Amino acid sequence: MCLAVPGRILSITDTSPLTRRGLVDFEGLRKEIALSFVPGAGIGAYVLVHAGIAINTIDESEARRVFAWLHEINEIDLGAEEPEGP
Amino acid sequence: MKFMDEYRDRADIDRIANELRRRCTRNWTLMEVCGGQTHTIVKYGLDTLLPPGVALVHGPGCPVCVTPVEMIDRALAIASRPGVTFCSFGDMLRVPGSRADLFQARARGADVRFVYSPLDCVKLAQEHPEREVVFFAVGFETTAPANALAIQQAAAAGLQNFSMLVAHVLVPPALEAILQGAHCRVQGFLAAGHVCAVMGYEAYHPIAARYRVPIVVTGFEPLDILQGVLMAVTQLETGRAEVENQYSRSVQEAGNRVAQAMLCEVFEAVPRKWRGLGSIPQSGLALRPEYALFDAERRFHVATLHAEESPLCISGAVLQGHKRPHECPAFGTACTPLHPLGAPMVSSEGACAAYHRYRPQDLPAASATGDSQ
Ligand code: SF4
Repeated sequence: MCLAVPGRILSITDTSPLTRRGLVDFEGLRKEIALSFVPGAGIGAYVLVHAGIAINTIDESEARRVFAWLHEINEIDLGAEEPEGP
Repeated sequence: MKFMDEYRDRADIDRIANELRRRCTRNWTLMEVCGGQTHTIVKYGLDTLLPPGVALVHGPGCPVCVTPVEMIDRALAIASRPGVTFCSFGDMLRVPGSRADLFQARARGADVRFVYSPLDCVKLAQEHPEREVVFFAVGFETTAPANALAIQQAAAAGLQNFSMLVAHVLVPPALEAILQGAHCRVQGFLAAGHVCAVMGYEAYHPIAARYRVPIVVTGFEPLDILQGVLMAVTQLETGRAEVENQYSRSVQEAGNRVAQAMLCEVFEAVPRKWRGLGSIPQSGLALRPEYALFDAERRFHVATLHAEESPLCISGAVLQGHKRPHECPAFGTACTPLHPLGAPMVSSEGACAAYHRYRPQDLPAASATGDSQ
């Protein structure tokens, strides 16, 4: 039920605060999404959509952090030549 | 899909699992709060990648599962009135009330529809002034702002024929109820990332401090969940009990203040009964008196309906992490996804349904199908 899906804003079709809306692209599937709760999100921004409403924006630099960290532990792994897996 | 697929890479998943095995020296029990996380764990078999000492127990975080029987009965009573168009998220339609479910009401002629967004119902009410359009507002803090927005839009449009049956629940009071339980074995939580995308995680600091439990705000993809487990286990191994944020791409400490403001404008905290858990103080949301006009319970006089849960169903123990679904005597026999006795078998996020779908080996022999065992 708390499922929320990332999508990218393609256009803004309504700008009044209570009905702010835009077209959001979910990799091919496009839907009109309410944008009242992400007033700062413009065209090109990634938003997290739940029940037809964007509940927050997605921070791309934060999204990359886990991979930087994975890279780090991988280097340590390779350096220490630890055997993989149990 | 961007921000989803890259968190499902098998090699990366194994890498985190290795790191977890390296750091874990003792036995720990963690609870993932959200049913969406339970679904990912069972679907990808993440629990089988954990070190033997780490147990994940499934929490109460499926709103469909915790909506009490009497709310379903109220929904049925309203939906069966002539002139009513009753709208709900699809998952709620098969949840058994004391005698029937909403699908059966529809088969008997009630106008029951499932919608993707509460805003669709506002539109429906605008287009059909001759109908009473009612929305079944279930969900956690993730969903509440959407429903608040629908109420605000209906109020702005002066709609007289739109109302909501509100069964909203809140996560932090449920965590406290679990921690106060006599047999609680949970030592750390993976908090529900999308609830926190709205609410932030300020409310968890006092809980982590008071009960000495690590709480890690966690996302929904396999990598997210394993990293969340790793962060919680690292805290436990080093004697820390703090709130940490694994899901920083979508969650900030303060959450979404704009959404929170509208939520507080429309709803207020009230005591709420949870299926399987009983009544928990200040654990639900109800419409504020200023919005009483939109309250379907008042409009249709159904607030006094009470009902009992099936005596066979142990969903209470399942929802608190005391028992696993296959330990229920009805699992896969008297209770199946086609004929559910309790809500955790209905919702795709319910622990019982997840086990039934992805773990045929756990089904009782008589109902196990095909290649199991
Ligand atoms: S298997 Fe069915 S009866 Fe048993 S706890 Fe789950 S929902 Fe309830």
